[in-house]
Amino acid sequence: MTANEKKELRLAACKVRMGIIEGTYAAKSGHPGGSLSSAELFTSLYFKELNVDPKDPKKWDRDRFVLSKGHCAPGLYAAMALRGFFPWEDLKELRHLGSHLQGHPNMNSTPGVDMSTGSLGQGVSAACGMALAAKYQNNPCRVYTLLGDGEIEEGQVWEALMFAAHYKLDNLCVIIDNNGLQIDGPVEQVMSSYPILDKLRAFGLEAAEVDGHDFDALEAAFAQAKTVKGKPFAIVMRTTKGKGVSYMENQVGWHGKAPNGEQYEQAMAELRAKLAELEAE
Amino acid sequence: MAEVKKIATRAGYGAALKELGALHDDIVVFDADLAGSTQTAVFGREFPNRHFNCGIAEGNMMAVAAGAAAMGMVAFASSFAMFAAGRAYEQVRNSIGYTRLNVKIGASHGGISVGEDGASHQCLEDFALMRSIPGMVVMSPADEVEARAMVKAAYEHQGPVYMRFGRSPVPVFHDPARFTFEIGKGEVMREGTDVAVIANGLLVAEAVEAGELLAQRGISARIINMATIKPLDRELVLKTARECGKIVTCEEHSIVGGLGEAVCALLSEALPTPVRRIGVNDEFGRSGPAEELLREFGLCAGHIADTVQAFVEN
Repeated sequence: MTANEKKELRLAACKVRMGIIEGTYAAKSGHPGGSLSSAELFTSLYFKELNVDPKDPKKWDRDRFVLSKGHCAPGLYAAMALRGFFPWEDLKELRHLGSHLQGHPNMNSTPGVDMSTGSLGQGVSAACGMALAAKYQNNPCRVYTLLGDGEIEEGQVWEALMFAAHYKLDNLCVIIDNNGLQIDGPVEQVMSSYPILDKLRAFGLEAAEVDGHDFDALEAAFAQAKTVKGKPFAIVMRTTKGKGVSYMENQVGWHGKAPNGEQYEQAMAELRAKLAELEAE
Repeated sequence: MAEVKKIATRAGYGAALKELGALHDDIVVFDADLAGSTQTAVFGREFPNRHFNCGIAEGNMMAVAAGAAAMGMVAFASSFAMFAAGRAYEQVRNSIGYTRLNVKIGASHGGISVGEDGASHQCLEDFALMRSIPGMVVMSPADEVEARAMVKAAYEHQGPVYMRFGRSPVPVFHDPARFTFEIGKGEVMREGTDVAVIANGLLVAEAVEAGELLAQRGISARIINMATIKPLDRELVLKTARECGKIVTCEEHSIVGGLGEAVCALLSEALPTPVRRIGVNDEFGRSGPAEELLREFGLCAGHIADTVQAFVEN
C-alpha cells in the first residue's frame, strides 16, 4: 500500500478509537479494552479489505463480517459509522434505550451488521454456516470473523473450526485478537488458550501470526488467506489491549468499564494529539 | 384400532424433507451424527450436496444453521430433542430466536417413548424450553401424515420453528388425501360436551381411544389435537372451555412448562376453567420398552379415561 493509503488508515484507526471512547463514555458502560486492541483490524476491514457498500448494506455478494467477540461492538460501530453505514452521532446513543446500537451487535437493528452476536463462541459457527452457504450458492463473497483470545476457551469455537476445516471453507478467514487479557486476568492465568497457532494448525487451518496494529502485516495476511485453497485461514493478531489510551493499555480493569468524565477528557486529548501528529506526518 | 398401520412421525419428517428438497433448492439440512435416526439421511441420500453432517456438536450445528439462514437459505437442523432443545438451548435462543432467522429445528426422539435408552435421552422439557423463546413456533405432530404436512408448513413459515418428532411407530389416523395443516390451529377429533381433552403428539391417538371408552361410560368427551403449542389456538381453547366447562391436557412431556401450562396460562387470565394436566409428573424417565413406559407413566387411553371420569364426576 502507498504511504498515503497507510496514513489514511492510521488516521481512520485513530478516529475509530475516538468513537470507542465517545460510545462507551456516553453509554457509561461497554468494552473499550478489546475494542481498542482491534481498532486497526476494524479499520483495515471496513476501509480496505471488505467488499461492502454502506449505500447497499444487503447486496448479495458483499463480504460478511461476524464479530464473534460481540462485546467489542463499540469498535465495530465506530468503524461502520466512519465508513458511512450510519451517522457518527449515533455512537453517542450506544446502549441507550431506543438506540439501534445495542450493547452487542444486532443484525435486525443496525444496517450492515450481518449476524447478531454477544454470546461467545457462536459467531464463529455462524460465519462457518455463511461460508458453507456461500459455496453452495456460488456466491463469491468471503466471510470474516473476529474472536477474542479468551473467547477461544469456549468449546464451541473448536467445534466450529473442526467444521470449517472438514468442509474446506477456504472462503473463511478467522481472526483472533491475542491481546492476552480477559475479564478475570491474563489469559495464561485464567485458562490458557495457548499455544494458539499450534492448535489452529492441528485443527486443519492454515494460520499466520501478525502484529495486529500494523496495517501492512494485516494486508499481507489477508492476501495470503486468499491464496490458500481447500483450507480455512486464521490470523492470530498480537495486540495490546486498550491500545492508544495510555492508562488503558495492558490493564485488565479496562476490559468492560467506561471512562468517567476526567478519564474521557484525558483519552480524547491523547487521541486528538495522536490525530494531529498523524496529520502532520 | 387393530388394523391401523403404525409409522413413526420422524419418518414423516424425512419423507417431507425429501419432497421439499425436490421442489426448493434453497433448503439445506444439518445433522449431528444422528442422520439415520432423525431421518434426515433420507434427504441426504437424494441431495448429498446440501446435507451436512456436523458431527457430535449440536451447539455448533445450530449456529451454523443460523449462518446459512443469514445467507438466505432455509436451514433445517436435526438431532434428538434432548440435544437440539436441551444441550443447544442457548445457541437456539441467541443465534436463531433472537435473530429471527429462518431455521427449522427438526427434533426427533422426544419424550419417554424413546424407550430403552432411558432418562438421559428422554427429553421431557423441550416444549418448555422452546416456548420460552420469543417468536419460536413450537409443534408436535400426532401422526406421520400430520408430520409431513407440518414440515411443509414450517418451510413456508418465515422464522424459527421447533418441531418434535417421536421415535416409536404410532397409529396413522389422518387421511393424507383430505388432511390440511395450519400452524396455530387445533383440530377437533371427536365432538363432546361434558369435558374436553386437549392432547398432542402420540397422546392424540390415546385420547381418541379414551374418548371411546368414556362414551361407553356415558361421558361425552371432546377430543382435540393441539399440534401447535405456540402460538396456541386461543379461540379454540376458549370456545372449548366455554362449551365443555372442564379441560384435561395430555402430553408426552413434563407437566411443567408444556401444553398443559400453556392452556392453563391462557384460561387463568381469559376464562378461569378447571383443568387437569396429564404428563410426566416432574420426574425423569427410565429405561424400558416404549409401550410399557407409557403405561407406567399413565400416558395411555385407560389412564386418560379414568382421570377424565374422576374429574367429571367430582
